[in-house]
Amino acid sequence: MEKATYNHSVTLREDKCKGCTNCLRRCPTEAIRIRGGHARIDASRCIDCGECIRVCTHKAKKAKYDLLSVLDPYTYKIALPAPSLYGQFNNLEDLDYLIDGLHRIGFDEVYEVSRAAEAVTAYTRRYLKKPGVKLPVISSACPAVSRLISLRYPGLCEHLLPIRSPMELAATAARKKALAEHPGLTSDQIGIAFISPCPAKISFVKNRPENDKTDVDVVLSMSEVYFALLGVMRQDIVPAHYSESGMLGVGWASTGGESTALFNEKYLAADGIENVIRVLDHLEDGSLSELEFIELNACNAGCTGGVLTVENPYIAGARLTNLRRTLPISRTMLRKEDGQDELFIPEEVCRPDPFTYEPAKALGDTFDEAMDKMARIERIYARLPDHDCGSCGSPTCRSFAEDVVKGEVTEDECIVNMRALIEDLAKRIDYRNFEKE
Amino acid sequence: MSAPLVYRYDIDGENFTSAGEASVKVKKSLRQLGLSQDIIRRVSIAMYEGEINMVIHANGGCATVSVYPEKIEIVLDDKGPGIPNIDLAMQEGFSTAPERIRSLGFGAGMGLPNMKANTDEMKIETTVGVGTKITMTVNVNR
Repeated sequence: MEKATYNHSVTLREDKCKGCTNCLRRCPTEAIRIRGGHARIDASRCIDCGECIRVCTHKAKKAKYDLLSVLDPYTYKIALPAPSLYGQFNNLEDLDYLIDGLHRIGFDEVYEVSRAAEAVTAYTRRYLKKPGVKLPVISSACPAVSRLISLRYPGLCEHLLPIRSPMELAATAARKKALAEHPGLTSDQIGIAFISPCPAKISFVKNRPENDKTDVDVVLSMSEVYFALLGVMRQDIVPAHYSESGMLGVGWASTGGESTALFNEKYLAADGIENVIRVLDHLEDGSLSELEFIELNACNAGCTGGVLTVENPYIAGARLTNLRRTLPISRTMLRKEDGQDELFIPEEVCRPDPFTYEPAKALGDTFDEAMDKMARIERIYARLPDHDCGSCGSPTCRSFAEDVVKGEVTEDECIVNMRALIEDLAKRIDYRNFEKE
Repeated sequence: MSAPLVYRYDIDGENFTSAGEASVKVKKSLRQLGLSQDIIRRVSIAMYEGEINMVIHANGGCATVSVYPEKIEIVLDDKGPGIPNIDLAMQEGFSTAPERIRSLGFGAGMGLPNMKANTDEMKIETTVGVGTKITMTVNVNR
């Protein structure tokens, strides 16, 4: 099973975890429990959204990513900057300085993800016009959202855009370009590094099935690259390397960018994982059917809000708006391919497999067993205080009742009920018995 | 197992934005029971439409969902105005929702027909001025 071995980027440093309930209560998929004094993440439920990293006051939650030094063995190093990187810098007036900076820290080539984003936009426009497509189409660019849908929203899997993400298209195009321009290079001498704003992209790359590997070799943290760039970026020189992004591609860094690039007003763009869940609930009920495109980003403000970024997402967004003003609309145009109709989408830009529903395990192997367990859950839940205090180590009273029935904890771990019981016992003790002795 | 699992939900008539919450909760429980996606979808659509109806017309009410091994029964009970003409109410596009509601995008006259289309049985008991009780059944074929 793919799920059992899912290799998450979001991890726990047990030595730093104090067993508080900050992450427990913020996890949107109830994947965290506090057991034995430390947080524990259920890999089958975690979507790598990074909310727990954001709220952990003890720095015990962190994202696993590759360090820049991982690239050392590669002969030819290619950087794939996510467009959110462009919003991190104060006083950056021209993207060329940043592209130049990436060369200065050791990259031989830079392929902007925003460039590939423009290609994805162009293919999405074609896809929306294809007859028989399930509308509204839901963006699959945010891997936390795609994973959430495949775990919880079976009815929506076929609405997910089957086109690969800008990161993947950029990696493939970058490798092709490098091999064509440098005939002496072999593919494994080329190291392609995505500069990621979030742990979800890292997990996405590290967990591809055999038939769906990306061309990304290394996933770097945006903050590490940011600090490396700070020391070398110079505005007093004429940059030697140039950005090839347009307004539309760079716009993908913020919520609404992917949607507005489609020039189709029948869209909804939402961000923040709680809002995303609410929109998905509505979509699954069949409301919002008048829309054609749904853009959902797990992080507030979009990719600029990823936990590996440095700058506040709204400040980054304002800078991006300013930078975009000086760019042409788009620099990647699709031409009608020879012998193909104008809605043609090449196979290599599509996912090999459609998104499929991978539900969390049902309560029992048989329906009778599940019914029996559910009845026990309801009985236990009815006895609980419904405070959702989290002191028992489960995020809600409801999930605690489920954990009791699964045999993971015992009901006496409910601190609120236990305290009431002890108070009751204390009242019944006759202190005169002690005085006699 | 002979006793059904019973879920009761109070539908708050004051609050339009919370309509659909019971439907989401039912969906979650049915999923944990391992029921098929088709069953879950039908129950949740019928529930959702019923909830909205009770909010629009009856100032809320009560929804009871009973899960039996062979069927799921949904009972929607309200103390609303009642339905004077059921045949008319069952027609697609017929609606008595006030303009205020329509301006919110509801009241298209598809609620009851959609509930009927998604369930195997639907029974409406209604008395004008007293209230309405709708009993819907979705059969589970295993």
